[in-house]
Amino acid sequence: MHDSRAIPAPASTTTTQVATADHEEHNPALLHHFADAQQQKNAASLGMWLFLVTEIMFFGGMFCAYLIYRLQHFNAFAAGSQQLNIWMGAINTAVLIVSSVTVVLAVKAAEVGKRKLLTGYLVVTVLLGMTFLVVKGFEYKEKFEKHHVPGPTFNFTDKFDDNGKQIPVNSKEAELFFSLYFAMTGMHALHMIIGCGLFGTLAVLAWKGHYTPSYFTPIENAGLYWHLVDIIWIYLFPLLYLISRHS
Amino acid sequence: MAEHEDTNHVEHEHTTHSQLFYIAIGVVLLILTVTTAAVAFVNLGPLNPVVALLIATIKAALVVIFFMHVKGASEKLTSAVVVSGFFFLAILLTLSLADYLTRSWR
Repeated sequence: MHDSRAIPAPASTTTTQVATADHEEHNPALLHHFADAQQQKNAASLGMWLFLVTEIMFFGGMFCAYLIYRLQHFNAFAAGSQQLNIWMGAINTAVLIVSSVTVVLAVKAAEVGKRKLLTGYLVVTVLLGMTFLVVKGFEYKEKFEKHHVPGPTFNFTDKFDDNGKQIPVNSKEAELFFSLYFAMTGMHALHMIIGCGLFGTLAVLAWKGHYTPSYFTPIENAGLYWHLVDIIWIYLFPLLYLISRHS
Repeated sequence: MAEHEDTNHVEHEHTTHSQLFYIAIGVVLLILTVTTAAVAFVNLGPLNPVVALLIATIKAALVVIFFMHVKGASEKLTSAVVVSGFFFLAILLTLSLADYLTRSWR
């Protein structure tokens, strides 16, 4: 981690390389088919973004399905949406935003070589991810209790307007809303579980000193993944919880 | 902290910001979250979804630009991939909705 540990460059190395790639020369993480650490990092970043594009399209398909079905079955979707707990959704949004901050601070800590701080931020990120999943678990529990889980036991009672007047809701259409709700939040939760495993592994490796200021690409790329999962929730929250409150 | 900053590495072309800056962006994101949740309780008619999605887009943009360091991406190719992702998503959503939204126009 310190310059004092660097071994003098071999005599065969040209002076320009010594000037620009002093650390990379001794960087055990630099693979031989890359010219330098920067090129290796750019390649890894490009690959990660390509993966994130497939993730955007994967969730995009579900967002598109949700928007189209919401247009077609507007009343039932509004009634279903009003059954969701806006507070739990808002708390989870806040939890994810704070976790995104700890992730970006972890990348910063890795860049300046603060091992303990890096490990700390990674552990806090995992804990925040688990907090999100616990809150989500309580929400799912409520859905099971209310029989709002699609399937043979699904039961959706008609909604009432502000004056207590009953408004009929097509139960099958409401079931469609909850199918999409569970598909979208479920896939998002699966990404959160994978993210927690990922960051837990990174925390152990960071504690063991695997990451140095000249090599912390896994921290950066896992961070990109975590931020994308955060962004997906940033859109899920208004679409599922917020936009149909007054419909 | 036993480890101290390795100043030699600050030079490389990475564009991270200060810790305080990241926390400030986080606070802005939290304020926007409270705002969007509060606005949901106010009946704005057809404007409710517009406001909610506008705030969500501002939040997503803040995360992409400042947390995911798109602005400081050194590779132009990476930037092209990032833009293409949102471009393809825009095609998916606009062409699908252009169909479904206009079916009643007879």
